[in-house]
Amino acid sequence: MGSGVWVYIDHFRSNPLAASWEAMSVAKLVASKLETSVTSLVFGNQIGQLVEETSKYVSDTIIVCDDHTMEDFRVEAYGALAAQLYQEYEPQIILLPATSRGRDLSAFLSMKLGVGVVTDCIDVDVEGEYTKVMRPVYAGKLNAKISLDGLHPQIISLRPRAFPEAEECNGAPKIIEVEAVLSESDIMVKVLDYSDSRGDVSLTDANIIVSGGRGVGGPEGFNPVRELADVLDASVGASRAAVDSGWISYDHQVGQTGRTVSPDLYIACGISGAIQHQAGMRTSKIIVAINKDIDAPIMKLAHYGIVADLFEFLPIFIAELKSYLK
Amino acid sequence: MHNLVCIKHTPDSAAKMLVENGQVSWGDAPMVVNPWDEYAIEEALSVRDKLGGRVTALTMGPESSKEALKTAIAMGCDHGILISDESMSSYDARITSIVISKAIAKLDNVQLVFFGKQAIDGDTGLVPMSVAYTLGWSGFSYVAELAEIDIDNESIGVIRLLEEGRQSCSGKLPAVISVVKEINEPRYPSFVGIRKASKAEIQVLTLDDLELGDQISSKHNGSLNWSELQEIPRKSTDAEIVEGSDLNSIASELVEKLIEDKVI
Ligand SMILES: Cc1cc2nc3c(=O)[nH]c(=O)nc-3n(C[C@H](O)[C@H](O)[C@H](O)COP(=O)(O)OP(=O)(O)OC[C@H]3O[C@@H](n4cnc5c(N)ncnc54)[C@H](O)[C@@H]3O)c2cc1C
Ligand SMILES: Nc1ncnc2c1ncn2[C@@H]1O[C@H](COP(=O)(O)O)[C@@H](O)[C@H]1O
Repeated sequence: MGSGVWVYIDHFRSNPLAASWEAMSVAKLVASKLETSVTSLVFGNQIGQLVEETSKYVSDTIIVCDDHTMEDFRVEAYGALAAQLYQEYEPQIILLPATSRGRDLSAFLSMKLGVGVVTDCIDVDVEGEYTKVMRPVYAGKLNAKISLDGLHPQIISLRPRAFPEAEECNGAPKIIEVEAVLSESDIMVKVLDYSDSRGDVSLTDANIIVSGGRGVGGPEGFNPVRELADVLDASVGASRAAVDSGWISYDHQVGQTGRTVSPDLYIACGISGAIQHQAGMRTSKIIVAINKDIDAPIMKLAHYGIVADLFEFLPIFIAELKSYLK
Repeated sequence: MHNLVCIKHTPDSAAKMLVENGQVSWGDAPMVVNPWDEYAIEEALSVRDKLGGRVTALTMGPESSKEALKTAIAMGCDHGILISDESMSSYDARITSIVISKAIAKLDNVQLVFFGKQAIDGDTGLVPMSVAYTLGWSGFSYVAELAEIDIDNESIGVIRLLEEGRQSCSGKLPAVISVVKEINEPRYPSFVGIRKASKAEIQVLTLDDLELGDQISSKHNGSLNWSELQEIPRKSTDAEIVEGSDLNSIASELVEKLIEDKVI
């Protein structure tokens, strides 16, 4: 069995996700327990800057593949390389952020390397060769403790915002440059272009989310919600009722059939808090509910409840925040 | 064109989950087709409606999962296949993917395999891309739009919904896709469909039929061990209702609390 902890640095067009530095903090913790080293994997195209940024965090080794076939994440290309590197170095543990890319990569490695993987973990406990992790199941209604004992390697993806970000340190990592395994003609999937790339923070990464539900009453009802989000530098979320009514696009939906989020602060405006909505936001650190109905289920989950008409309360709250944040 | 849709029978999303003796139970809450898979069924059906051909629904699970296949048939699928075997109980995503892939490879001329983004019991979202890998087919996860299917040129174009925006990409047929909710609005089972489903013969495959008996029962080599399930400690109290003489004082009270909690 090999040793060493690997962490996959997830990025979108060379912009690293905060979840990568969270995975890094777990990697460091685990590596120090196992008295072994941390290696980061950074794949992309023209990623000098990204490698530099990664150097700030990891003190041991960075394996870099800077190649035009790596421009966009494609699981065939990234997976083939990661699997080949695994054969060469045989790390004991591979950590990835549980983003869309991290999930696909973990699926690929699971099949290619013939081991089960665990996704979306919120706790990792390592003791010698024994690794136990915790992950939410049944839409976050239960937690499952899962053991990876006896698996080589142990592949674990980590839920974004479940762990603190690593702190920067002044290491001088060794950089190993490697070549891509597949050439462009070997890769079946071609990426054509992007649209709608969000300028704002993606929901999964956001520190603060302000969401609107059926209670906002219509597309214009999201105006005060957006204004509050602007003041707080927050992302805008929505309930399925608001999305299904066509008031806001689906990529804002929070919940079981939308995104799972875990911000420091979640402000639900005119959302009743159905179990399927809760499934996507229940792990938020502080939840504020603004609702006319004191008996709405969200009031059970929330830390603070404001019983008021959101159209009356939000402008006052926004003004109050502005004078505080000034 | 032969399209396949993989579905899973899961407890209803509103079911209360309890743990009894380390096992999960959901009382008498109903089992349903995994909600994400309804979008996969709809997409498979609308491709058939446009391009012709047939749609097979496939599930792996206990005998009772036939109900999920009947729902799929009631919605309009042509045929249902259940993979069921005495020896299988709690397979992880990898073993599930190996079994499903083997079944797909045995079927006739499958061009597109549809999955939901994830199953709401385990919530892993691993199976679709694992099946794509095993079959060696193009795989597209998180698909929000099937932009193009060109059977003559054996190509497919899709739009994927990522955290950061929409990505349009293309690949070859046959292909595997997993869909998100945005892709369509699932139809309801029709009256005719329900009648058809009640009479439908569900084909049952065992691991031996798939020539996987030995490979799988050489027992969970490399599999995960779900040692324990735990209930999540509930917040015992209701929300603290922020009160004040008027909305202004409530707002400033709330701001103070959020500052104290260090979240703003
Ligand atoms: C399989 C399945 C999956 C689902 N997935 C999701 C999901 O991913 N995300 C999701 O959100 N839902 C999901 N749902 C839907 C969910 O069950 C609820 O229907 C939905 O969350 C309700 O949205 P809402 O709270 O905005 O609307 P309602 O339940 O109608 O609540 C509106 C609330 O606004 C309050 N209100 C009204 N006017 C005002 C006002 N002026 N000021 C203040 N408060 C006001 C009301 O008191 C009420 O509490 C799913 C359902 C199913 C069956
Ligand atoms: N046992 C199964 N039988 C058929 N399809 C399945 C099974 N398990 C998972 N799937 C499919 O794979 C998707 C992702 O599931 P999962 O990877 O388990 O979250 C689901 O939406 C289903 O479409």
